[in-house]
Amino acid sequence: MTVALTGRGLACERDERELLHGLDLDVVDGTLLRIEGPNGSGKTSLLKMLTGQLAPTAGTLSWRGQPLARARADYRTALLYLGHEPGVTTSLTAMENLAWSAALADLCVDAAAIEAALQTVGLYGFEDLPAGQLSAGQRRRIALARLELIPRPLWILDEPFTALDRAGVAWLEQRLLAHRDAGGAVVLTTHHEFAPTACIERLRLGATHAAA
Amino acid sequence: MPPPESTATAAPTLAPRGLAATCVRQVKRELAIARRRGSEWINPLLFQALVIVLFPLGISPEPALLATLAPGLLWVTALLAVLLSLDALFRSDFDDGSLEQMLLSPQPLPALCLAKTFAHWLLTGVPMALIAPLLGLLLSLPAAGVATLMAALLLGSATFSLIGAVGAALTVSLPRGGVLLSLLILPFYIPVLIFGAGAVNAAIAGDPVTAPMALLGAMLALAIAGAPFAIAGALRISVDG
Repeated sequence: MTVALTGRGLACERDERELLHGLDLDVVDGTLLRIEGPNGSGKTSLLKMLTGQLAPTAGTLSWRGQPLARARADYRTALLYLGHEPGVTTSLTAMENLAWSAALADLCVDAAAIEAALQTVGLYGFEDLPAGQLSAGQRRRIALARLELIPRPLWILDEPFTALDRAGVAWLEQRLLAHRDAGGAVVLTTHHEFAPTACIERLRLGATHAAA
Repeated sequence: MPPPESTATAAPTLAPRGLAATCVRQVKRELAIARRRGSEWINPLLFQALVIVLFPLGISPEPALLATLAPGLLWVTALLAVLLSLDALFRSDFDDGSLEQMLLSPQPLPALCLAKTFAHWLLTGVPMALIAPLLGLLLSLPAAGVATLMAALLLGSATFSLIGAVGAALTVSLPRGGVLLSLLILPFYIPVLIFGAGAVNAAIAGDPVTAPMALLGAMLALAIAGAPFAIAGALRISVDG
């Protein structure tokens, strides 16, 4: 098993407001977990907790049986995270952005591999334009090209469907399912509805807090 | 424990590249960004040049008076110019999510921070040291002090960049952290200012400059050893909040 992320009794507070309480979750090989909830219900905070950026106020997170805080180095070599802001620098070209991402991931990639990844996400011909000159959807596609370029078993994606056109949404949906079927794991937040046949796990947040 | 790279998606062409290559890529990235956003690094240099150009007009064109003021003035303007440039150091990376990507990289964050700070020094401290002889000329700086001024600025500005990056990392999540940043790190800049200007004054007076230069070097060595870890810690705190 390559992915084994376990959370027990997770709680999260922001500005003295309780967002999550007593949350259990298991992310293993073949998990495609969609986190749902109204705006402000703590979806992004939960993803930040799962990536180790935000410490839970209560509860434990463990990775392959070890507390996440101690398994951090190992965890980061298995994790691909796309945040709410996708980490695409507007003054760099798509090529430069991805070359930097690959370097951060400790991968040696050549220009051809980056071009191939960009072609997969439909950015062929845009690789040498600064990302600031591209549309929001195209910038999102640069970020998504990391899914192609950097092989990691666990993907944690915050609203990956934002700004994508219909073809892009269909491609990403297929890509996520293919990753799951290949034995990877995906945790994502989205308001996008998957096809009913996709058979994904759901985690609903914040129903009670929204009313409070 | 199973090896992490056993997914079906792993491509055969991908091999680890090592920390040094990552740091080189990080520096290249910063330089490419600076090339496209020219104003960010030219502004502090322009600020320093303008102050130096205007100063004789406002005070007195008397060469003897300017020569006494020159070492201190050049150092104070260099310090302020570095302060001006610091707020932008992590700001855009924080806003566009690149900082999150850095924090979640398997590469050690202090090394990435050191690479980023090195790029900042290349874009502020090094050009400052290079234009210092010209600015010195405008202030009638005696020729005996020019070489020491350049060397001291190279050492001192690297310390400025490293210490400043700690402050920039601490205040990056605040919407207007610029003022706080200045107040936070100014006390740490003062020893560098004193010994930097002292070295130039000593060179002009014909005294040995070994002692102040050695102290500047010691401060830089201390900053290189400690600051990357402080920057990394400060960034984690900023992003966590």
